Amino acid sequence: MLFVPCCRIFETPNFPFMASSSPTHLSLSLDPSSSSSSTSLLNLQTQRTIFGSKDFEKTHLRIPVSFRKKAVNLQMMASEKTPGLTQEATVDREDNTDVFDDMKQRFLAFKKHKYMDNLEHFKKLADAQAPKFLVIACADSRVCPSAILGFQPGDAFTVRNIANLVPSYESGPTETKAALEFSVNTLNVENILIIGHSRCGGIQALMSMQGEGDSRSFIHNWVKVGKKAKESTKAVASNLHFDHQCQHCEKASINHSLERLLGYPWIEEKVRKGSLSLHGGYYDFINCTFEKWTVDYGESRGKKEGSGIAVKNRSVW
Amino acid sequence: MSTESYDELEEHKSNKSSDAVERIQSGFIHFKTHKYLKKPSLYNALAKSQNPKFLVFACSDSRVSPAHIVNFQPGEAFEIRNIANMVPLFDKTQHSGTGAAMEYPITKLNVENILVIGHSRCGGIEALMSIEDDAAPNKSIFIEDWVKIGTAAKNRIKQEFGDLSFEEQCTLCEKEAVNVTLANLLSYPFVRERVEKGKLALRGAHYDFVNGTFELWELDVKTTTAFTFS
Repeated sequence: MLFVPCCRIFETPNFPFMASSSPTHLSLSLDPSSSSSSTSLLNLQTQRTIFGSKDFEKTHLRIPVSFRKKAVNLQMMASEKTPGLTQEATVDREDNTDVFDDMKQRFLAFKKHKYMDNLEHFKKLADAQAPKFLVIACADSRVCPSAILGFQPGDAFTVRNIANLVPSYESGPTETKAALEFSVNTLNVENILIIGHSRCGGIQALMSMQGEGDSRSFIHNWVKVGKKAKESTKAVASNLHFDHQCQHCEKASINHSLERLLGYPWIEEKVRKGSLSLHGGYYDFINCTFEKWTVDYGESRGKKEGSGIAVKNRSVW
Repeated sequence: MSTESYDELEEHKSNKSSDAVERIQSGFIHFKTHKYLKKPSLYNALAKSQNPKFLVFACSDSRVSPAHIVNFQPGEAFEIRNIANMVPLFDKTQHSGTGAAMEYPITKLNVENILVIGHSRCGGIEALMSIEDDAAPNKSIFIEDWVKIGTAAKNRIKQEFGDLSFEEQCTLCEKEAVNVTLANLLSYPFVRERVEKGKLALRGAHYDFVNGTFELWELDVKTTTAFTFS
């Protein structure tokens, strides 16, 4: 069953999300009191149930005129443009149709050159994935692990967040932890690779922060996870130029995240038994080098509490 | 355990680990030779700054890298990958990871499109659909705590399509959860204001690797010509 929602302007779109036992969830009405200035506005009233269990009262979302969903099923679509789409002078961003066409071309190229040529492999993958790696990388558009390390579909369970940070087991935000739990306990990956990189905006934000940062800023609240790396950097490199301090912190942060990984009991157990290896990697896209190292668990255990991890097999490519 | 078998075990462990390392080393050399060094001006420019047009939310699943399925090149897409490609409702007190991951590309990099890609056979959605109401939380505490962001989608599917098989329900939930995420995106002030001004587009997608299809849809917000009443 293909999911093809269809909709027209001012009608409740035929979406499972929108359709329900009560008549409409989305009521659209022209707001007669809108000023004459530039555009007429629609009052979009959303009701509580759309936002599920969270306590969310009626919200007023003023959105310029039409709130319309259109769907494109790319498998069936020929090259004709999506009907009824008009471009207004007020729209600053890239042309809608271009983006749809672009996505379509990209996907069809993937399908033709990769998917169809490896149908057997993809069918097997569809049944189950068995990646050997959990990769934790930065969300930066320049450091996609598939691109720089050549991971193919099925190779690497990938988490991407700002500054490739791993919060500690006891505290901190849970998004990354859920992925750790799934990949290590359910998929039984054999390797965890944390990849940092040069000119990391997240690390820069961490190094530029005054004290605990602005509590209203999501970025500050998140990069605080890496504050130990900042402290250790300031302790040894405060005389260096800011850029060099940041680079030092980018690498220190990887090691602190690796150390925090060992704080997860089910991760430490597997590392101890030898069924899981922890690696750090640093991609420098200014010089195109990749430095990598592996955590030496035995040696790390010998170290004092809080003095970091020991590494082995360091190399630069 | 005898010394011999201990050494064997150590060697086996080290072999597995070094195989993995060799794997990524050859991957990187290939990238450097065939991509980086072939386009020096592109990569030099990228080294200075990034200007991606897309912010992408995709699942961490090893089978759904956006770089593969829609061939994003370095510099094109700022990419967040988490379990079941979810975005929680705007909340200053928790899930700062996702908030941070949105605040930067939207407010500082000025991306023009947000794309949320769901997919077939999603383990996270399956976990969501498997949570028994009123049951005591089981040992996957982090996973459950995270995927329940999509509870609205699960409730809708269970209510409307309760007669379908669990698998069919999961497929519907995969798509419904993308819509929940798109709606949650609008709860972030910095998203809403840009969407209203037409500077940011919100799109949902579903990659089905069982059948080799890709569905794409958009929340379309536009202005019409103004009517003046006087």
